[in-house]
Amino acid sequence: MREQLEKIKASAFEALEQAKASADLEELRVRLLGKKGELTGVLKMMGKLSADERPVMGQLANSVRAAIEERLEARKAELAAAALEAKLAAEALDVTVPGTTRPLGHKHPMYIALDEAKEIFIGMGFQILEGPEVELAEYNFTKLNTEEGHPARDWSDTFYLKEDSSVLLRTQTSPMQIRAMEAIKNPPIRILAPGRVYRKDEVDATHSPMFHQIEGLVIDKGITMADLKGTLEALVKSLYGEDSVVRFRPHHFPFTEPSCEVDVQCFKCHGAGCPTCKGEGWIELLGAGMVHPKVLEGCGIDPKVYSGFAFGIGLERMAMRRFQISDLRLIFENDVRFLRQF
Amino acid sequence: MNISRKWLKEFVDIQASDREYDEIMTVAGQKVETTTRLDAEIQNVKVGRVLSIVRHPNSDHMWICQIDVGQGAPVQIVTGAQNVREGDLVPAALHDSRLAGGVHITAGKLRGEDSNGMLCSIQELGLTHNDFPDACENGIWILNDEDCAVGQDINAVIGNDDSIVEFEVTNNRPDCYSLIGLARETAAAFNVPLKLHEPVVKGGGPGLLPELLDVETPDPDLCLRYTARMVRNVKIGPSPKWMRQRLRAAGIRPINNIVDITNYVMVEYGQPMHAFDYRYVKGGRIIVRRAGADAELTTLDGSVRKLTPDMLVIADETRPVGLAGVMGGENSEIVADTADVVFESANFDGTSIRKTALALGMRTEASAKFEKNIDPMLTLPAVNRACELVELLGAGEVLDGVIDIINYVPEPFSLPLEPQRINALLGTEIPEADMIDYLRREQIPVVDGRIQVPSWRPDLRRMADIAEEVARFYGYNEIPTTLMRGATTRGGYSPAQLLENKAGAAARALGFSEIITYSFVSPSGMDMIRAPKDDPRRKQIKLLNPLGEDTSVMRTTGVPSMLDILSRNYAYHNKEARLYELAKIYLPVEGEVLPREPKLLMLGSYGPGEDFYALKGAVEGILAQLNVLPLRFEAVKDDPTYHPGRCAALFVGGKRIGVLGQIHPLAAKNYGMDCEVYAAELNFTELQSVLAPEKTFKALPRFPAVSRDLAVVCAEAVTVGALEACITEAAGPLLREIRLFDVYRGVGILPGMKSAAFSLNFRAEERTLTDADIEPAMRSICQALESRLGAVRR
Repeated sequence: MREQLEKIKASAFEALEQAKASADLEELRVRLLGKKGELTGVLKMMGKLSADERPVMGQLANSVRAAIEERLEARKAELAAAALEAKLAAEALDVTVPGTTRPLGHKHPMYIALDEAKEIFIGMGFQILEGPEVELAEYNFTKLNTEEGHPARDWSDTFYLKEDSSVLLRTQTSPMQIRAMEAIKNPPIRILAPGRVYRKDEVDATHSPMFHQIEGLVIDKGITMADLKGTLEALVKSLYGEDSVVRFRPHHFPFTEPSCEVDVQCFKCHGAGCPTCKGEGWIELLGAGMVHPKVLEGCGIDPKVYSGFAFGIGLERMAMRRFQISDLRLIFENDVRFLRQF
Repeated sequence: MNISRKWLKEFVDIQASDREYDEIMTVAGQKVETTTRLDAEIQNVKVGRVLSIVRHPNSDHMWICQIDVGQGAPVQIVTGAQNVREGDLVPAALHDSRLAGGVHITAGKLRGEDSNGMLCSIQELGLTHNDFPDACENGIWILNDEDCAVGQDINAVIGNDDSIVEFEVTNNRPDCYSLIGLARETAAAFNVPLKLHEPVVKGGGPGLLPELLDVETPDPDLCLRYTARMVRNVKIGPSPKWMRQRLRAAGIRPINNIVDITNYVMVEYGQPMHAFDYRYVKGGRIIVRRAGADAELTTLDGSVRKLTPDMLVIADETRPVGLAGVMGGENSEIVADTADVVFESANFDGTSIRKTALALGMRTEASAKFEKNIDPMLTLPAVNRACELVELLGAGEVLDGVIDIINYVPEPFSLPLEPQRINALLGTEIPEADMIDYLRREQIPVVDGRIQVPSWRPDLRRMADIAEEVARFYGYNEIPTTLMRGATTRGGYSPAQLLENKAGAAARALGFSEIITYSFVSPSGMDMIRAPKDDPRRKQIKLLNPLGEDTSVMRTTGVPSMLDILSRNYAYHNKEARLYELAKIYLPVEGEVLPREPKLLMLGSYGPGEDFYALKGAVEGILAQLNVLPLRFEAVKDDPTYHPGRCAALFVGGKRIGVLGQIHPLAAKNYGMDCEVYAAELNFTELQSVLAPEKTFKALPRFPAVSRDLAVVCAEAVTVGALEACITEAAGPLLREIRLFDVYRGVGILPGMKSAAFSLNFRAEERTLTDADIEPAMRSICQALESRLGAVRR
């Protein structure tokens, strides 16, 4: 009987080893351990043994059963793991096939650049303001210290909507300075007013009869030109990197005094002069200045108590530089092959 | 304003290189646009002496010359010119030289003979007969009388050893439209002395000025000052070489001594001058008046100019002889036999001159200067300088005396120097003494604490103006950089701007890309979108001076702009486009000066997968993001812009806020598109007034929902909207959600009928629902559908 048990164990182990699938294992389990199985058959003969032999054989038979069961379970796990591996291998994909999500739309590059500028100024406490594009000449010119007879007011430069030149398409976002001062009345004022502006320029690679500006205005007690420099330097460094070199040079605008233009050293040649900067070594970024006392007075703000600064940035030029867009016409053409690049 | 560095030296002695000069002037406030070396073009051309000249053995018109160019052995050059003699000095372009227009000269053979360069004419050196009147017109330029030496670079002979600096002069500085003005700025920027010269006129010419000439200024508002002198026994001829060179450097073509003198003075002083031939000033009377009844004048350039009554002219007794401040008349031009000359040095009203020049389309050097309102004090020194030059050139005899009519009151202006206020504005601590010194460098004296503003600086009127002068010479870049102090302000977006940001983000998430289109459009756009003749959107604001018809009215709808862009993409063979724009329209308001400018959200699309429902889904998606709920869509059959069966108006809370649909095929065709095109136009400004209440948390359901599918067959005319409304009403409060999942037509369904399948979701807050709860609801739904809409459960 001992030999019989040993033989069952040996042949069971061999059969388990050869099993290929979990179904084979189940079949084996029935054949070996089932009610009519081989091991059960042997155990049925226990009654014929002597009282001395019975416990010894019983123990042996149990250990054989346990060994077979343990092996059976182990094989089951092995086969399941192998089956999973085979399934996963069969499910392998070509990961280089393009994804299937619907493509997202794209923000226009000009507004990407604008949003960057807005975020920088919001961080400095500026409120974003908007205003009319069809504007009174009074706001666009007169209150900005640009009297009748100034060349900017010519019909050859400005689009007019009234014969008496009193209503026009704003030529700059600067009238928002006046509107902000009239609306807010009591400084401190810190506003940023981006928007469309219009000038009578034929369309070419650098001109468009409609373009965009960003106007900024700060009015408070004790605002200095040093503050103007600090604020605009912060803008330039945020836009173009901490190591950008900024230059302020005198200029003239009717509604600021002192006035300046702000240049950044050419990124390509670092000041040596190259085609990007037209040999100048510097790239003009924006115009700015301390708000003209006449403008403050015109808005009922006492220039002896308050001072302030204003600046205007050409958005197209900023975006074109930011994305290295070579031709202004691309901005307004809205070709989807262009838009998709941003 | 272009100036010559060489000429500048007469007034300021500086050694700076071109680059240094540009940089220093630019940061001191006179921006240099470009600097051009005059000798950059002509290279490796030397003065040579013709040692020998022999006939070319193989040519009957060519000559072989041996030229001494001052460097070792003579150079052999073959020339075809016939005016060269042995011993002549000539310009010799050597091997690898460059001539005007970039012509490159190299050594070669001419009919078998070596020619190591070329002898040049003045034209080949970029010159004209005006520049060198003595030069041979059709041959080699013979330099024998040009005061030059063998081996010398030809640029030095021409006067090209010079740089021309182009300044961007700002409007507030008319004084800088002159060499003296920019010399003054240079002296101040470099802190070196300014050498000015007071003109001295000997006079003594024959006759008495008051007897010969009478000047009247009946329109004093337009003629602030008129100063004149006379020169007699004039000998018209070329001006001397130094004067021609300087004029050429300033970009002015030399003409004759008298005209050159007026131009020379204009460059120096910035005061435009004019010279009349006295013979043609009838009655010896100059009348500066409005043109009035005079109809036309032929100007110096030979053009007949139509005059309008308000234009200021210079007239004699009978007729205009010049267009004041713009251009002289042909009838009084200086000609070869002119004997007596009247020099005019006047000051005219800038705006009037600008308007005249603009109206006639003839902006001249003179008008460009007058329109900036130049200093009226200039007329006298300028006319004296002209007379001094006449005497210097021996060009005629200057009469004693000056006619000088002054129609304005010169008012000396001074203001206090306020160092504390200036420092407070600039954020600096500049000592008062430094400020006084900066002003002194600019020739602005400070006497007893008051700044004596010179007549040429009308831009200096207030403390802020002085602060700019101080800042310029202290250095803008030396001013510290600080961040603003004072009360903090709350920055950020307005609620409306935040909503726009959200709408844009939602549109992009749904695959729409942003576009930017012009606010002004063509009025024909309204026809192209088939708007009815009485459509109120045809009342557009017109630009009175548009660039062209295409950009001549302010848009009242966004549809034509969107279709323009879609059609452009279509023409570019772009397979598909999904675009949006958030921008304004401009609506005239009765009784108001300014229009309303509401914002629109425009969507537009074409391409595979685009249909009405894709567009509607996008609109719903965006509006859900904006919390605009609930939406109601109503079929629109009579909007000619849209497909009559595929167009809907969108209502929120009873307000119509937009329209969407397929563009009518005829409208699409007007834009050159023969595919299905979709567009939606939402009034974004209006949307802000129909936002749903802000979202708050609602407890999650504690009991499960029960789902039932319901398919009904009904007539085509019954809309899904009607079925849904009927189901919702009949179902009672347990119905939480209703979702259409199929519409079927075809086998098993009679023609003219359709089957619509809904998934219905029932739920109670306080318990799990059973069939006994659902069945009565389903029954009541089916009864209602059948009785009200003839829809039968399948």
